[in-house]
Amino acid sequence: MVRDPRLPEPLSGDTFMVGLWRENPVFVMLLGLCPVLAVTNTAMNSLAMGLATTFVLLCSGVLVSLLRNFIPKQVRIASYIIIIATFVTITDYAIQAISLDLYKALGAFIQLIVVNCVILGRAEAYASKNPVVNAFVNALGMGVGFTFALLCLGVVREVLGSGSLFGFDLFGPSFQPWVVFVLPPGGFFVLAFWLFIFAVFRQRKQRAQAAKEEEVAHAA
Amino acid sequence: MQPDSLTFIFLNAFLINNFVLAMFLGICPFLGVSGKINTAWNMGLAVIFVMLVSSSCAYGINAILVRYDLEFLRLISYIAVIASAVQLVEMTIKKVSPALFRTLGIFLPLITTNCAILGLALFQTNREYNFVQCLAFSVGAGVGFTLALVLMAGLREKLELADVPDVSKGAALSLMLGGMLSLAFMGFAGLGG
Repeated sequence: MVRDPRLPEPLSGDTFMVGLWRENPVFVMLLGLCPVLAVTNTAMNSLAMGLATTFVLLCSGVLVSLLRNFIPKQVRIASYIIIIATFVTITDYAIQAISLDLYKALGAFIQLIVVNCVILGRAEAYASKNPVVNAFVNALGMGVGFTFALLCLGVVREVLGSGSLFGFDLFGPSFQPWVVFVLPPGGFFVLAFWLFIFAVFRQRKQRAQAAKEEEVAHAA
Repeated sequence: MQPDSLTFIFLNAFLINNFVLAMFLGICPFLGVSGKINTAWNMGLAVIFVMLVSSSCAYGINAILVRYDLEFLRLISYIAVIASAVQLVEMTIKKVSPALFRTLGIFLPLITTNCAILGLALFQTNREYNFVQCLAFSVGAGVGFTLALVLMAGLREKLELADVPDVSKGAALSLMLGGMLSLAFMGFAGLGG
């Protein structure tokens, strides 16, 4: 999943990649953290939550972009919220129909997608200013980035906290699960740990770049 | 303690299932407004007020929606009520205390997208609380939110003087603190008996 953000990309590719990596909603912008911490105790829940959020992101992004010339400036936030709430209601009923177990595991957090700042942020900052295709691609990138982040947490928490992955037992009966990771504090710790790792990478890259620039300056 | 007694509902929302530290609702202001104790305190008060208003409105709306079999409109009407309640609080604070209005800044309108408030309305509907129970629940949740925010702000004020590695400054360190607070709050788990 890790790709080099410095590679030159065509415009549409970059529209997609921005959400996935450089402006990842969770790891870089720190948006929508409530579901990130709350439902990532298993990898399956993380995946389902990520897909549900992506669906709402896509639909609301397209609709906001289509209506961008009709919505008056003064009431735009209220209109976006109504649009988002409509799609969340659809998702809520759809998940309830597809899998009741999943619905119970995610609990109120499906309905709470309405107040996920990633979605409102995209509607306000991107979809309301760009044509439909761009809004779609951008929302897809953000959605995939969000799902990726949820999976990063979900996989670590499930493997350490219950010794399984997507429900399959990994270590056999002798494994003593590290229960704190599936409990609320584990969410905080695992997200903090990922942020540490990304901060180390970013610092290393900055240092490498600074060293390279210095070398060029010396050569000149 | 009876599970539907007012004391239990209050304690449950306040400590045992603290909205921020056990249920992960309202993490954005928890990380964003917890820089100074003073601001955290004011933000907490604003949230308690909005919670009380929106919880009572949500109770009334739910009664109407159930009466006419319109439960699918629940989410949309709740969010509309919360947005108006926040607007009301914003205007009141602007009129009563302009200084406080400036300190809270962008975070006041952002209470609209504070999941703790919508979460509160949804939980009270799911658990079918009556009106008085709803009020106890919302006060408990609001006070719990304020407690978490003020504790966090106190820790972060102290931590500003500490010498930590460069990479861990900022959000990662705040999350670490949040994790430890959450660990501490797990100790309240047996309180309800």
